[in-house]
Amino acid sequence: MLEVSVRKRLAGFDLDISFSCESAGVIAVFGRSGAGKTTLVNMLAGLLRPDSGRIAVGGRTLFDSASGVDVPPERRRLGYVFQEGRLFPHLSVRGNLGYGLKRVPPDERHIGLEHIVDLLGLEALLARRPHDLSGGEKQRVALGRALLANPRLLLMDEPLAALDQQRKAEVLPFIEQLRDDLGIPIVYVSHAMEEVIRLADTLVLVSDGRTVAVGAVDELTSRLDLRPLTGRYEAGAVIEARVVRHDEEFELSELAFPGGTLRVPGLDLAPGADLRIRIRARDVALALEPPKDISILNVFPGMIRDIGAEPGAQVDILLDLGGTALWARITARSRQDLGLTVGSRVYALVKAVAIDRHVLGRSAGRPRFLSKPG
Amino acid sequence: MLELTPLEREALGLSLTVAFWSVLASLPLGLATAWLLARREFYGKTLLNGLVHLPLVVPPVVVGYLLLLLFGRRGPLGAWLYDAFGVTVAFTWKGAALAAAVMAFPLMVRAMRLSLEAVDRRLEAAARTLGARRFEVFLTVTLPLMSPGILAGTILAFARSLGEFGATITFVSNIPGETRTLPLALYSLTQTPDGETGALRLTAIAVVLAFASLAASEVLARRIRRHIGI
Repeated sequence: MLEVSVRKRLAGFDLDISFSCESAGVIAVFGRSGAGKTTLVNMLAGLLRPDSGRIAVGGRTLFDSASGVDVPPERRRLGYVFQEGRLFPHLSVRGNLGYGLKRVPPDERHIGLEHIVDLLGLEALLARRPHDLSGGEKQRVALGRALLANPRLLLMDEPLAALDQQRKAEVLPFIEQLRDDLGIPIVYVSHAMEEVIRLADTLVLVSDGRTVAVGAVDELTSRLDLRPLTGRYEAGAVIEARVVRHDEEFELSELAFPGGTLRVPGLDLAPGADLRIRIRARDVALALEPPKDISILNVFPGMIRDIGAEPGAQVDILLDLGGTALWARITARSRQDLGLTVGSRVYALVKAVAIDRHVLGRSAGRPRFLSKPG
Repeated sequence: MLELTPLEREALGLSLTVAFWSVLASLPLGLATAWLLARREFYGKTLLNGLVHLPLVVPPVVVGYLLLLLFGRRGPLGAWLYDAFGVTVAFTWKGAALAAAVMAFPLMVRAMRLSLEAVDRRLEAAARTLGARRFEVFLTVTLPLMSPGILAGTILAFARSLGEFGATITFVSNIPGETRTLPLALYSLTQTPDGETGALRLTAIAVVLAFASLAASEVLARRIRRHIGI
């Protein structure tokens, strides 16, 4: 368990964050810039002292103002990957990687240098100096350095924020891989929903120094009331699916999810593989009858669960497809013409090509949930 | 012509000895003072800062006289040093080193303090999350990163110590073979008839020495910078 309940008064800012969740998989702390995310992570790491509260990781109390516990950062055993890398300029890549490792007692070194060098592809960089590395390489080394300290939990503070799109794409797969291979829980701070959806299982939503919600990523991103925080950004639903089979003739892959079977352009994944997909609201159309003679392959029966109240020409409609949430964005006009209300039975039309391959992420395959905040 | 006379050799050797011990003894204290001034907030910080910089702004003779009052055989610190350790500093080369150290101290502290303030504290925080204790962080991150400043402070203090005159002559006088360093020897020669040639030769030695230490510091600084990658 990760139990956090901290208060801190800073100049012009009041932080009061409480949540607890299973410390497994990736826990995303999401919020706008200035929401207090970095402050929170610094308190977890022991770099900033809360005014009061309690922090415990896996049953081990790291801070407790009531009993006067305040474990110094070097004894917390939490890895920290900073936004700006923070590699030691006077040490080589090898020296940087070894800095934390050599401070771990030998019998606790479960993760070794070779393993990490292999996992993160650092072999060619070992003799180099940080200032000779590209931004993406620096972050990979920083990631390796933090992991080699054999942490019980890894903190990542927007590790991709300083990178351009191309570098991000270079580092992201490594983060996914270590999530899947090493089994170290990760607290991942981000203000990019795209990264959160791709990586995280649990979402802690932070705004103005407060916890707004804690829950499974797909659950929270499909809640209408949280929309102002999760963002109308590319509104869409996250769905966990499994590759069932490949249709060789038409180069399509079939993905099963609780609401039915999706057909998408051929994926390079073996049948049985779990994945997470995102269906954008604007790629979903609605019909009252099952349409005939139509090019769209994916049609699912469902029920309207909720209708967004935001003013404008478009409305977001939350659908329930056999227990799976799906968003559709249609015009307010269509909504009126079709007479859609909460409870209406409809057919959701999803374009096969609408599945954003960019956010295809592998599912963590771990028990995923957790308790409510507070 | 290039051969040094015994008098020159004596003055040069004494100068180097005095400067060496002056710098060596003030290094740890200078580092500690720089650290206090750069990193700590405490009551009396302004006073400490003023005291450290005092030798820069008061006449050297004043410093020398103050040292004489404090470290003379009957001075409070001088008497204690003699009683406790049997050490006399007044009118000995040790006193010359002390005077040189006090005069060079502000230069040393200043260079170190500036370099310490330039060390990225976020790197120190990173080191702690990697399992290093405060003191380990200081040794493995802070110290290497401020090494150019330590070097600069050391060279500056060394050069300043070589040239120390006013405080030295006031505190330990001008005793041949004991406290007559290069500048004092030069001064003595200018006071004797037919001393011009000797004075010129000593001047040349002083200039060569200054250049040599500057060049050495330049080479070292470049090597350190390359090593620490900044």
